Amino acid sequence: MKKDSKLKLSLRSKRGLTGYLFISPFIIGFILFFLYPFIQSVIFSLNKLEITQSGFVLEYVGLENFREAVLVHPNFVRILIEGILGMINDIPLILIFSFFIANLLNQEFRGRFLARTIFFLPVILTAKIIYNLEQGSYIQQALNIQQVSNIGGIISTRALQSFLYSLKFPYNFVNYIGYAINRLPDIINSSAIPVLIFLAALQSIPNSIYEAAYIEGATKWESFWKITFPLISSFILVNIVYIFVDAFTTPQNRIVALLKEEAWGGAGYGVSTAMAWIYFLAIAALLGLIVGIISRYIYQQQH
Amino acid sequence: MKKYQHKVIKFSYALVRGILIIGLSFIILYPLLLKISSSLMTQKDLFDQTVYWISRQPTLENFKVAFSLMNYPKTFLNSFLLTLLVSTAQLASCLVIGYGFARFKFRGRKLWFALVIAVLLVPPQLIMIPRYLNFRYFNLFGLIPGNGINLLGSFWPFLLISLTGVGLKNGLFIFIMRQYFLGMSSELEEAAYIDGAGPIRTFLTIMVPHAVPAMVIVFLFSFVWQWNDLFYTDLFLPNAELLPHVLKDLSFNYGIVHLTAAERAALLTSEFNSILNNAGIILFIAPLILLYTFLQRYFIESIEKTGLVE
Repeated sequence: MKKDSKLKLSLRSKRGLTGYLFISPFIIGFILFFLYPFIQSVIFSLNKLEITQSGFVLEYVGLENFREAVLVHPNFVRILIEGILGMINDIPLILIFSFFIANLLNQEFRGRFLARTIFFLPVILTAKIIYNLEQGSYIQQALNIQQVSNIGGIISTRALQSFLYSLKFPYNFVNYIGYAINRLPDIINSSAIPVLIFLAALQSIPNSIYEAAYIEGATKWESFWKITFPLISSFILVNIVYIFVDAFTTPQNRIVALLKEEAWGGAGYGVSTAMAWIYFLAIAALLGLIVGIISRYIYQQQH
Repeated sequence: MKKYQHKVIKFSYALVRGILIIGLSFIILYPLLLKISSSLMTQKDLFDQTVYWISRQPTLENFKVAFSLMNYPKTFLNSFLLTLLVSTAQLASCLVIGYGFARFKFRGRKLWFALVIAVLLVPPQLIMIPRYLNFRYFNLFGLIPGNGINLLGSFWPFLLISLTGVGLKNGLFIFIMRQYFLGMSSELEEAAYIDGAGPIRTFLTIMVPHAVPAMVIVFLFSFVWQWNDLFYTDLFLPNAELLPHVLKDLSFNYGIVHLTAAERAALLTSEFNSILNNAGIILFIAPLILLYTFLQRYFIESIEKTGLVE
């Protein structure tokens, strides 16, 4: 009898050990290549770091690096604020657009497969190098001029904007619409993965719920707001987090470029790390705030 | 009458949807089409007002120049080997880790999974310098005496962070694999256990073959992101000949080889620079487009099956 219970216990702990065996690569990686450098980066931000022949030496300077980043560096604070404001502007656009597209692609229509293939194409076209080359490209510049003078270009917003002005829409609102339309190509590029997440979420809603609602006499509009929206709302949160992370690590981001410039050749490793910390903490605070507000309003599924 | 009305509404809805989808598809395809069209042009075409999309004499000259200046066969192979190595390693590690999180109950499982997400949330720029220095003077964190080995310039840093699941966006891949395994029914596994297979054998022979849809997504993402990556390659392979690097210097190298100093300065703002770059960009993304066309059927189907859903 005694032997039997011992065997049961060891079976369970054996199963647990196997679990640890499976995730052990991550545990090793987390400690060696994440936690260790993470702690080092705290130390580096408080030190002056110099590379010598045989390694690097640290000289403790306290908060000097942070002071230099904020008060001495000519551009850092401005780029930081502009970058974060740009992010706040873009996140609702990406979110609404990708939710809309996911609903569109989720419907049955001819050519759906082709449409999906095209909509996920931006995943493979978002290299930083392409973006850089385009910025200096003659053809792109010619197009920008066209867009400004409104003869051609890909999208022209002037007519729409003056129409909305004449309808007495608020000035800021109309400007934001114009901004949104001009940003459309970039918005589409950042939307591929949020669309993917929304699409997967939409497909997880069982059809029987809609059928029941239909029998009860609900219109499509009602079942969208009463079924689809609450069930998908937790994915809005997932997507906000994803879009945030994507936006603050993308190489197109000017702060990211600045961190790299400053580390090699600019103000030095210490200041660059201090800047990275300021950036990280600002983003984390903002993300925490947004997630905190939104998670009050999302529908939590009862398990 | 009512049936007729219903039909009209349905038709006009389909029409609006069709216009929207075609319009948005056009915006997505537009930059790509523009690059293809301009890369086939000669310099003459750019000044010709009557030429809009299609060149008068389509030429592959830009591609030839870009091909030889980029040293394409060699750099392609470099890029391909690195990317294949990294994406295979990431796929393998995230598969194993994701399975561990999905199918085993152990103490601290929630904590470790929270840490996976935490790694995803911390920008790699924050730990860029410590990682750089650790690989520059790699001494296995104090285990090897002396100044350590310089691992920069080799594939080792990539392999180490990919195999341990803390590489480029690996948290996302672990998340995708875990969600997929959570959604799989456990009957197959139980049958295998009853037949006497151990957990590792069950994983390899039963679970992995059934996880192909999620694996396609992870592999495609990991391949694409590594192929396009300049962040880690600049950091760990400063002097590497990889496609993004040679693409960056394409017009500069053209100036060195073909032009005098005075012409070189003019080149950087010239039209020819942009058609040359466009040819280079096409050469750079062609392998990705090829991969995408091969995998897209699985990819699109996988999206329906994967359901990154709780």
